[in-house]
Amino acid sequence: MADMILVVAEQREGKLNRASFETIAAAQAIAKETGWAVEVVLPGQGVAALAQELATKAVGKVYALEAEALKAYTSDAYVHALKAFIVEKQSKVVLFPHTYQVRDFAPRLALGLDRTLISDATGYKFEGGALKFTRQMFQGKFTADVSFGGDAPWMATVQIGAFRGDQAENGSAPVENVTAAVADAPARVTPHEVFQEAKQTVDLSQAEVIVAVGRGIKEQKNLALAENLAAVLGGEVAASRPICDNGWLPLERQIGSSGQTVAPKLYIALGVSGAIQHIVGMKGARTIVAVNKDPEAPIFEIADVAVVGDLFQVVPALTEEIKKAKGSQ
Amino acid sequence: MKILVCIKQVPQKDAPLRLNEAGTWIRDDVSWETNEPDAYALEEALRQKEKHGGEVAAITAGPARAQQVLREALAKGADRAIHLEDDRFAQMDAANTARAIAAAIAGENFDLIVTGLQSDDFGAAQTGVLLAEILGVPHATIIIGIEKTDAGLKLKRELEAGHYQHIEMTMPAVLTIQSGINKLRYATLIGIKQAKMKPMRKVTWAEVEGKLSKHVQKIERLYVPGSQKKTRKIEAPAGEAAKQVVEYLKNEARAI
Repeated sequence: MADMILVVAEQREGKLNRASFETIAAAQAIAKETGWAVEVVLPGQGVAALAQELATKAVGKVYALEAEALKAYTSDAYVHALKAFIVEKQSKVVLFPHTYQVRDFAPRLALGLDRTLISDATGYKFEGGALKFTRQMFQGKFTADVSFGGDAPWMATVQIGAFRGDQAENGSAPVENVTAAVADAPARVTPHEVFQEAKQTVDLSQAEVIVAVGRGIKEQKNLALAENLAAVLGGEVAASRPICDNGWLPLERQIGSSGQTVAPKLYIALGVSGAIQHIVGMKGARTIVAVNKDPEAPIFEIADVAVVGDLFQVVPALTEEIKKAKGSQ
Repeated sequence: MKILVCIKQVPQKDAPLRLNEAGTWIRDDVSWETNEPDAYALEEALRQKEKHGGEVAAITAGPARAQQVLREALAKGADRAIHLEDDRFAQMDAANTARAIAAAIAGENFDLIVTGLQSDDFGAAQTGVLLAEILGVPHATIIIGIEKTDAGLKLKRELEAGHYQHIEMTMPAVLTIQSGINKLRYATLIGIKQAKMKPMRKVTWAEVEGKLSKHVQKIERLYVPGSQKKTRKIEAPAGEAAKQVVEYLKNEARAI
């Protein structure tokens, strides 16, 4: 077993997923404590230039793991190629960004190596020579320290936004091209082109103020409360997933892992509990105000101002106060 | 189509959760419900059966209380249920849960297995994918559209940030279903009555124990996360709270 942390980076159609750099930052942090090396592997086809981009970080080596079968993503091809690669490299730790693609193949890869995968880790602990990861449970209400039951390779996915990609240390690493192992069995999955649905009519990423509603809004007609508040602030209305699933707001106004990622000056969360999938889409906001009747709502953990109370009373009062404040400017 | 839907019982969304004395799990005295994405998986299974014929079986792994989610599935239209019943299933990691399910359905040969994309308790998003690996069949995750074709399945996958992808795959297969793929039905009174007559097969710990791995993830400690920011907490009547928020936004955050 090599004392090495392997980062599995991600690309799609000629572009790196920026979360790859967050995972490199996580690996570098672990390496500082353990003294282990960091290497990166990028699966795909024709990805040498992207591998060079990864090689501008302080890592030991970057592998471009290439095969025609890896050109368009399928879980079968990725599992087959990475399994052979990890077995050959004997890496002690394997880290992935917790992207939708990784969620699709990494559990299978871990089981194929007779290991378990700790998913969506937000941090790590290195104690007594063993690596543990912290992760959120029960929709963010609790944090858990989780240990691996078995031997290395220890495999984990890193939550989007848990480490800062722009703080990954710079360096210069050699790039090595590796021909990926390909299964000779017929393909079971045929992928088609990635596409976007309707043209967007609103770009929430450009909004300076966002008023977001969650389940706590209870009924569609109550959206007017949020709309009024957004109107006095000159902001946009957005929502967590369940609201858009109900059809109360269009999908393009959904904030979170499956929707938009935003970083406005002001984010007001009304009746949003703060499940991880929502938080990853808005934790970059400069000022976060949350209104929730549950004093233990996870959203309060990242809020600058936590108003514990009934949004149906607080929001109209808040709208009036803001009107007054704006009028007196 | 012979369809299996895997369902988990999780604490109700609004239920206040408390830690057990050891600080390794939650106390069991809360209200429970069907994991929301699993409810959508069940609905999708029922719709596929209505279109193409066949049967829908529902399975869960959990203590005696978990039988409730199977009763609900039967009341909504599932034909039969399988209950891996033991307290030890409640805290089991995704890999062993998948192994237990695979053992409980050995020889059943389902054409399609569906489950929610993740659970509201662990949130690991792994069980369905692992079940596919154990059964040796293909899988696809975060599905928001299913169409049966002559060759197998045509699926719509959700990707990040408003992107989608169609994929085709052979059956048998395992799919993990995204919330919102369909509109959930309610159980009817007749459905609830009929559910009592439908078969419920119990599977004991001893029957699957041999298939479980000793290499399990272990929750060493569960705790309330500390605030990541210096949060100003406001607990005051609405009018006063609103004043304090505006004060903060104006003078400290300079956000308005």
